[in-house]
Amino acid sequence: MASGRDELLRQYRMMRLIRRFEEESARAYAMGKIGGFLHLYIGQEAIAVGVNDALTPDDYVLQTYRDHGTALARGMDPKAAMAELFGKDAGCSRGMGGSMHFFDVGHNFLGGWGIVGGHVALAAGAAFKSKYIGDGRVTVCFFGEGATNIGGFHEGMSLAGLWKLPAVFICENNQYAMGTPLTRTSAIEDLSIKAQGYGMAGDRFEGHDVTLVRDRVQRAVDRARRGEGPTFIEIETYRFRGHSMSDPAKYRSRAELEERKKKDPCLVARRRLLEAGVSEEALDEIDAAVDDEIDAAVKFADAAEPAKEEVMWGVYAPTGEGA
Amino acid sequence: MRTIRYREALREAMIEEMERDERVFLMGEEVGHYQGAYKVSEGLLARFGEKRVIDTPIAEAGFAGVGIGAAMTGLRPIVEFMTWNFSFVAFDQIISNAAKIHQMSGGQLRVPIVFRGPNGAAKQVSSQHSHAVDPFYINIPGLWVVMPSTPRDAKGLLKTAIREDNPVVFLEGETLYNVKGEVPDEGVEELIPFGKARVGRVGDGCTVVTWGRPYHTVMEAAEQLAADGIECEVIDPRTLRPLDLDAIVASVKKTNRCVVVHEHWPMGGPGAEIVDQVQREAFDWLDAPIERVASLDVPMPYASNLEDRVLPTVERIVAAVRKATYR
Repeated sequence: MASGRDELLRQYRMMRLIRRFEEESARAYAMGKIGGFLHLYIGQEAIAVGVNDALTPDDYVLQTYRDHGTALARGMDPKAAMAELFGKDAGCSRGMGGSMHFFDVGHNFLGGWGIVGGHVALAAGAAFKSKYIGDGRVTVCFFGEGATNIGGFHEGMSLAGLWKLPAVFICENNQYAMGTPLTRTSAIEDLSIKAQGYGMAGDRFEGHDVTLVRDRVQRAVDRARRGEGPTFIEIETYRFRGHSMSDPAKYRSRAELEERKKKDPCLVARRRLLEAGVSEEALDEIDAAVDDEIDAAVKFADAAEPAKEEVMWGVYAPTGEGA
Repeated sequence: MRTIRYREALREAMIEEMERDERVFLMGEEVGHYQGAYKVSEGLLARFGEKRVIDTPIAEAGFAGVGIGAAMTGLRPIVEFMTWNFSFVAFDQIISNAAKIHQMSGGQLRVPIVFRGPNGAAKQVSSQHSHAVDPFYINIPGLWVVMPSTPRDAKGLLKTAIREDNPVVFLEGETLYNVKGEVPDEGVEELIPFGKARVGRVGDGCTVVTWGRPYHTVMEAAEQLAADGIECEVIDPRTLRPLDLDAIVASVKKTNRCVVVHEHWPMGGPGAEIVDQVQREAFDWLDAPIERVASLDVPMPYASNLEDRVLPTVERIVAAVRKATYR
């Protein structure tokens, strides 16, 4: 149990790190330090952290534009993440991508993608490559329940299923496609039944318990790594903020939000740690250390140099210098 | 030199590059067991096997995306569109993903991929199957757009495209596949660089800029005009992005006249772009307004007599050159 407790402590710390990163992002956004769209992951942290713990460092992960939490869970330095939001050269995408386009190839985080459903086939492509060269990697692709209605999702899933690619497709069903609830966007309530149509294994569960997420996703990852094909997983979750910073989320009731907050993944983990004998003080210490780390990230991002003035940089890769 | 068809030139390029580099593979509808809708990939399945010659379902957005994902993780895919008309359902993959990834990732990922297939009108396939797509794709920074008119260019440019580390839009032509022409002998490797125009015919009477299928119509028109004493200089840029403006301007400074002939519709596109750049770079050398010959501004009709009128014809090209030369 001690090892399980240590693991949960680590997971708790990472979930708190994501939570605090997002809170400080929101603050910086309000101060005008961050521009464009900003989609926060608050409320969904157990998924990013639980899924990452089911993977090896070599596995590939692709996420939507709501990508900060997954990138951090994957190992991205919060300094590089915050600097990206601030449009700085030290940002994880050199200030070229912004909030929606975090990239960290060193940690095999292959992006933050801005077009709904557009990255599903890319993930299948990364998995295709693993099957082609036999590198044993698994690719995880995240998307929202809103994406399950668009063509890009369907075609990517079709090919992944057809070719039995080593991939896991994870639908983070946070109940609202921007402001429209699932009941008004989908003819079915259980999205995981779509797996059958693609010849995939399917699974469905709630995503506020990081341990449960890790364990259930592990089965799918292992299946993919054994060459038994992809899995489609629907994880039910809830975002505590609006779709983006410009969304006050008036389409849902305060009561609904408060009810959901009872399953705050950070609180759920904290309660379990207390039950396992970890002291309040120890957890407060973790929280304080996380606060310091995020403070340092904000300070770093503030002080970092702006994106380079070479505005034409990077449109084309110099041929012959890379892969 | 030896004479082969345009489709054979493309096939040779793919075979040579696939033999050279294990990471190169071909993917698309009917490329394998069917031997290619236009037989460009004939024999490739037997030679390279199902691992590297991959038949896909009818899912352009899907397999274009799979190709891009494979490219950004280290493979070098050739993705065949049965025709470029069908690329419209994969537009998002090419524009939002392939063209953006290198810059958007801060240079961490690159996308060495070739999208290829026949572009433009075939014969009587009507409006949905007759698009010249060059105007759509040349607008996108992050893509290269290649449009060979001869077998030699097709082979040399496709080999370059496959070795390129950025996404390449490679536009062939159904009516070009049977065109014969000289290519270097077997064992003689020729890589044609992007951004270098070819002079198809030397002359001092009028510069005619053209690419792809209308190149051959222009060469026919140039013969007629030569009989009347007007010597055209035919410049084929071969790649539209990057564009060899220097070669075009150098020719215009010699002839003082310019006609641009293309299959795409008249509004915008490379035709308009070339006119714009030439008038700015060679204004003082021009003795007449630059003329353009384009497809007529209508969706392609089915009827043969109408289709013939829509595409650039020898008669319209001759008339445009006469207008530009006041003859």
